[in-house]
Amino acid sequence: MSARHLLAIGDLGREGIERILARAESFAEVAGRPIKKVPTLRGRTVINLFMEPSTRTQSSFELAAKRLSADVVTVKAQGSSVEKGESFKDTVLTLSAYDPSAIVVRAPHAGAAALVARWSRASVINAGDGKHEHPTQALLDLFTLRRRLGRLDGLRVWIIGDVAHSRVARSGIVALRTMGCEVTVCGPPTLVPRAIAELGCSVRYDLAGVERADVIYALRVQRERIAGIVAPSLREYVERWQIDGRRLRPGQVVMHPGPVNRGVELASEVCDSPQSLIVDQVEAGVAVRMAVLYELLAGAGGDGARTPAVSEQEAPQPA
Amino acid sequence: MSEPARTLHPALAVSEGAPANLTIAGVRALDPVAGIDQVCDLVVRDGVVSSLAEPGSGAAPDSGEVVDGSGRVAVPAFVDPHVHLRTPGREDEEDIESGTRAAAAGGFCCVVAMANTDPVVDSPELLSALRRRADREARVQVGFAAAVTVGQRGDRLTDTTLLADAGAVCFSDDGLPVRSARVMRQALQCQRLHGLPLVLHEEDPDLSGEGAMHEGTVSVRLGVAGIPWASEAVMAARDVLLAELEDGRIHLQHVSSARTLAIVEWARARGVAVTCEVTPHHLLLCDEDVAGLDTARKMNPPLRSAGDRTALREALRSGLIDCIATDHAPHAQEEKEAPFEEAPMGTTGLETAFAALYTDLVVPGELSLATLVEKLTAGASVLGFERPSLKPGSVANLCLVDLDKEWTVGENGFESRSANNAFLGRRLRGKVLLTTSAGAVVWRDRSILMREVAA
Repeated sequence: MSARHLLAIGDLGREGIERILARAESFAEVAGRPIKKVPTLRGRTVINLFMEPSTRTQSSFELAAKRLSADVVTVKAQGSSVEKGESFKDTVLTLSAYDPSAIVVRAPHAGAAALVARWSRASVINAGDGKHEHPTQALLDLFTLRRRLGRLDGLRVWIIGDVAHSRVARSGIVALRTMGCEVTVCGPPTLVPRAIAELGCSVRYDLAGVERADVIYALRVQRERIAGIVAPSLREYVERWQIDGRRLRPGQVVMHPGPVNRGVELASEVCDSPQSLIVDQVEAGVAVRMAVLYELLAGAGGDGARTPAVSEQEAPQPA
Repeated sequence: MSEPARTLHPALAVSEGAPANLTIAGVRALDPVAGIDQVCDLVVRDGVVSSLAEPGSGAAPDSGEVVDGSGRVAVPAFVDPHVHLRTPGREDEEDIESGTRAAAAGGFCCVVAMANTDPVVDSPELLSALRRRADREARVQVGFAAAVTVGQRGDRLTDTTLLADAGAVCFSDDGLPVRSARVMRQALQCQRLHGLPLVLHEEDPDLSGEGAMHEGTVSVRLGVAGIPWASEAVMAARDVLLAELEDGRIHLQHVSSARTLAIVEWARARGVAVTCEVTPHHLLLCDEDVAGLDTARKMNPPLRSAGDRTALREALRSGLIDCIATDHAPHAQEEKEAPFEEAPMGTTGLETAFAALYTDLVVPGELSLATLVEKLTAGASVLGFERPSLKPGSVANLCLVDLDKEWTVGENGFESRSANNAFLGRRLRGKVLLTTSAGAVVWRDRSILMREVAA
């Protein structure tokens, strides 16, 4: 990765993605050790700035930074100065004054991470900006898929559900296409904009043909969106777009960025089936985020002037 | 000598300025409406264009200044039917003095301020107070729009005849549409009493929803909620039908989409009295220019598709679009320094309108200079004012432009109190060097050289 930040998955290209996935393999090995820690980022500070609620992304980034021995501070909008009316810019300037090596940003608005990159000297990792991008989710999905299926090239992936409001879908489509997958998005027309095809996927409004998919990637369908009349009724959604045991074919795998609405986008038996990779995705998240932090702060993209040398022994190498 | 008329329209205020006495020597005088395009010594005496004399004829005024006009062009000053001066209520963003100074710097001799201030200009008392303030502070002639509905809430008409008597130049709820079709019909009926145009922001708020940019491939790519073209077009369609029903006169503000233009064309063919305006940013930018989520390019209506932009340019050339308006919308820096979806909509435009359009449309040969000048002055006709002219005998409402001068937007700051300009940092060609409004010099660039003429 040549850039200092990870703001959008498209910034990486195939080579950048390959490098992070390879690096993540070696960090996954660290997770299997009794002592799950390496000294790579000792003395560095990573700030997690989470402007909207998150459980798995936040804890995953925290664990990743801690396993690299960085000092981690997590700032949430709730209970912070933001609640007292401090502007986003002032919050960023304040946190930047601590001279962190990296700021991990989750925010409800598209472009928020890019703004942090403009206002701060730190490396910035986009942990989800509005409905725009969630690049580390895309990376961990690729990592999970390749581990299970042994390849990415040529896989047929169906992304089903609320594509319109999904940053996971946006980064996912680009990442999967970059790695040679064939992507179809599917859902009710109110949740699947036609123009999404511009990202290189096909668009379907029914599940006909899903049996030929290698991967079924279900997106969270928010009940409040259905109640807000942007989709048909919950009953209709379940009837037409839910993946249940009858629709799942042998050999297919199921993914979901979480949290799952059991009984809405996925039937409970599918979540718990051996074909589900949902828990693997969570597990992969830590290794992939360790790899991203490593690449930005200590690897090729690291800022040499501000980065103490890291010996090759300290950092695990790609397998 | 008789007192020169000071205003384009009795309702337009302007602060006192000494009537100009100056000669612009060896200048190309261009007034496409009057059929003037000649190199001459343009002489302004007591604030009135007195002659377009042979170059070098020495036809200087009795006293005053001589300005070197060689290689420069003098044109009728521009008229902007659509600006926001933020007074009263948000004088931190702009006030009458700073906004009209920006206008003068951009070559405008006259602007019309919208009524969506805080409080809204919906009473004759407030309107009169604003006009008195403009009398003291305005650098160029200012007309004030009055709101169509009380508080711009869309449900009850203002006292339209009292507001007209108090000097409103038009009625507009700009910033918001007139939601109720019934109220819009009543407004058109009241037009029979006051005769002033209804100036309309066409938008269906339900269709716009939480949208922050044009609904299209870019918005889908960015995951930003979009505003569809239909949001503007369906309201425009409603209003031209109501104007036809009531035989009224309407002016559509800042048209942005090809479909809206098709509705205007259809309405004109049916004899509906509808005029429309376009902004420089809609002519020059499109939704691809928002891909970086630059909040200076967030505006309403949003920058549309490249296809819409092409249609707007064609409609400007064909005459379907009557005039260019800037929709100058100053905002506080701290409000624009926010994530795109949170930032307010609007860009400033008075200081960059001419140069941006000249650079991107006239220099490449897409539009003639004469058409650009005509469209930048036609806002006067749309609102029923006399157009600025270079004809001898006309009050001096003119500007002097150096077409070759290159400059970078924002390099020397702005006359406007706000800097949220969609062209910030761009290199442009064409600079306004001098502007007169109502016969007085109201702007001169620091670079301009003059010499005094002895009495």
